[in-house]
Amino acid sequence: MTLEKDPLNLIIAGVGGQGNILASQIVATAGIKEGLYVTVSETYGASQRGGPVMSHVRFSAKAQCGPLIPEGEADVIVGLEPIEALRIIGDYGNPKTRVIVSPRPIYPISVLAGQAKYPPVEEVVQKLVGVVAEVRVVKAIEEGETGLAANVVMVGALAGSGMLPIKINNFEESLREIVSPRDLDLNLRAFRKGVELAGGKAAVLAPVKPTRKRVIRVDNRLNQ
Amino acid sequence: MGTLELNQPGKTVLMLGNEAIARGAIEAGVDFCAAYPGTPSTEIPESLARVAERFNIYVEWSTNEIVALEVATAASIAGLRALVAMKQPGVNVCADFLMAINLTGTNGGLVLVAADDPRAMSSVNEQDSRNYARHADLPLLEPADCQEAKDMTRWAFELSEKLGLPCILRTVTRLSHSRRNVKLGDLPQKKRTARFKGVYICRDQDLLVAQHATLHQKLERAWEEFEASQFNFYAGPGKAKFVIVTSGSGWLYSREAVGALGLQDKVGILKIGTTWPLPEKFIVAHLKNVTEILVVEEVDPFLEQNIKIMLAEQAKTLGPIEVYGAKSGHLPAYGEMTQDKVAHALTSIKGLKPRVRDKKYVEKVKELALAYIPPRVPTFCTGCPHRASLWVIKSALKLDGRDGFVTGDIGCSSIGTGLTGYFQVKTVHCMGGGIGLATGFGKLDRFAFDQPVIAICGDSTFYHAAIPALINARVHNSNVLMVVLDNGGTAMTGFQPHPGSGFDVLGQPAPTVEIDNICRGIGVEVRVRDPFEISQAVQDLYDMLQESGPRVMVFRRRCFRIEAKEKLQKKYFVDQTKCIGDDCGCARFCSRVFNCPGIVWDQQAQRAMIDEVACTGCGVCATLCPIGAILVRGAAS
Repeated sequence: MTLEKDPLNLIIAGVGGQGNILASQIVATAGIKEGLYVTVSETYGASQRGGPVMSHVRFSAKAQCGPLIPEGEADVIVGLEPIEALRIIGDYGNPKTRVIVSPRPIYPISVLAGQAKYPPVEEVVQKLVGVVAEVRVVKAIEEGETGLAANVVMVGALAGSGMLPIKINNFEESLREIVSPRDLDLNLRAFRKGVELAGGKAAVLAPVKPTRKRVIRVDNRLNQ
Repeated sequence: MGTLELNQPGKTVLMLGNEAIARGAIEAGVDFCAAYPGTPSTEIPESLARVAERFNIYVEWSTNEIVALEVATAASIAGLRALVAMKQPGVNVCADFLMAINLTGTNGGLVLVAADDPRAMSSVNEQDSRNYARHADLPLLEPADCQEAKDMTRWAFELSEKLGLPCILRTVTRLSHSRRNVKLGDLPQKKRTARFKGVYICRDQDLLVAQHATLHQKLERAWEEFEASQFNFYAGPGKAKFVIVTSGSGWLYSREAVGALGLQDKVGILKIGTTWPLPEKFIVAHLKNVTEILVVEEVDPFLEQNIKIMLAEQAKTLGPIEVYGAKSGHLPAYGEMTQDKVAHALTSIKGLKPRVRDKKYVEKVKELALAYIPPRVPTFCTGCPHRASLWVIKSALKLDGRDGFVTGDIGCSSIGTGLTGYFQVKTVHCMGGGIGLATGFGKLDRFAFDQPVIAICGDSTFYHAAIPALINARVHNSNVLMVVLDNGGTAMTGFQPHPGSGFDVLGQPAPTVEIDNICRGIGVEVRVRDPFEISQAVQDLYDMLQESGPRVMVFRRRCFRIEAKEKLQKKYFVDQTKCIGDDCGCARFCSRVFNCPGIVWDQQAQRAMIDEVACTGCGVCATLCPIGAILVRGAAS
């Protein structure tokens, strides 16, 4: 197997507690099932406590990659939180980067305290659109939902987007391996919801060519 | 079945670096594991604990790292295979014992995993533990990826047994906390029994010198083993004049940088996995026609300096070789290595055009980040008892009015240095360092020192390192108030049990050693309070501040993350008809001052509001709101 871009670099970004590590583990295990070399590098430790967290996930058909993505070389970014997606672009984005983002904010303490403002989410999305090749807004959490398994919805969206050369059933198999049997149903439902939200249903067999077109689907009832 | 116990040799699975180390130990037939939790090493003993029964492994969370090394050495002396794992400062804690067992020698395979943290992502220092290998004359292995982490660990046990020495395996955060492909090996059939034989004494003067000489002979044998190791290899063109010499995480960064710059035909890479003692013959053989080398490693110029010594010794064979690295200023001897740093060093040495991101694009995105991203600083979790404890400390010190201050320690409480702890903590150094310092401040009264000093530490830290300093405070009658923030577990590293928890690493019931009993035994006054009973706690802490001599206050409330697993919490809300916003005069106490992420300032209503997703229902804010506007949902008001 060859990849159109090798290594293919994915960043999953969010805030401590959003389930970033599980998300990257599911994606990486699916990559191994696809027969790829996969490297995941995770930040945790003190970052667990409300700080920004990200996972670098790198796929290669040729060899094991180093743990870190070089500056400006993210091909795909999954933002579990809107401003965290924007933060990642600063260090790792380039005009060809493609982004999948959940519009649900997690407010930093400064914002909760009313000392700093959280920018309107639509504006954040517009700014993202201005600097990358493609943005897909995936409303992983409905109004009034707590965000349980939202990370897995986003993994589903990534799978459904076809941005990775990994078949959907390999994602599902990886879920079955990683998630405890008790939570499997909930997670499978979340995953499939994500696949649908991203607009893809069929398994993607080959790497997808980068799209020039910018797909934006911002729900008007975004929770700000 | 988890990948750790999978009996399918040859199968490729995704494994965390630390799981790979654990799997390597399992494949080597490890019998015994002792450790104290510390990022990035914690998952190694946790992984072994998960399969402890299946493979008959004894696993324990020891009180601290030197105890861990001591109990594991006992297993080794009795002929078993034992592993100890620790974060970088832990190696300092166990160094005293390490510098003795190198002389007495060991028996069954004993592997010390030193997990370093370049860039100090979750540490209080940036330390290169490889220096201990040279310091203690012990063999050192540096895995470069998860596969090597597994394979080297397995080999380290054999090596240790062959040499009769502990073997150090050095990992770093980006290896321990990365997940990669690992091809599994076979699982052992082990049937070891433990028995003490022989003599292990380093005391007698003449014997000691002889032991030291033997140690050097053992290291010679390690050197011979290393010459033939599969973990050292050369990759690149046959006649390269320029070679990167690298170890550990540097290998993949180097290979990618060379590839990205298209230098595969010009630059070779000599990857060394056994970095002390150096496999000299192997290195010399690959540097015969080389005129320049670049040394890539994390963090100190350990390999670089040892290579330079070797080059000086081999000057006749090799001739002059220019060495680039930390000393030449091409790579930093601090922080984390990256592909970008290696690429930058290569382009500047070779006079090539550096690879840079499009300047305009970078400016644009950095500007966006500045304009749109509010800062996100680490904070105590919602419902964290430490927030209340630090509020109590702040309030008591303010009431006291003598410019008192707090010396801090390691663990979750260290977040108290920042906004979320109201900037109360003024010193942080190492485990137990806070009470030791405070004990010193408490003896400065004859020099007109009149500030009260409070030493805070977590419960796990208390057992780990605070007791000797507290005894010191007692026997010298130091004026110090110690506050133990007892949240019922080792919270920062993921809620591992400690001697006060009442259960062990496998979740089995265990006897407890109570902090207040220890204090009473030492003979210091001790009070135990719930930090959520804020006004009582402030009053009591203030009263204790007025006393002299050593005193201990235990603020006891279980970490909410432990508690939440056990019971359904209450739902709190702000009654916006009662909250009067900025007219209150409380200066938005709950959301702005007390600073809990579960309380939000509702811009529209200009009132406080509970974020029900974030709120854990601890209820401490309800006791603090000056007009009682925070209520339990469904309860009669």
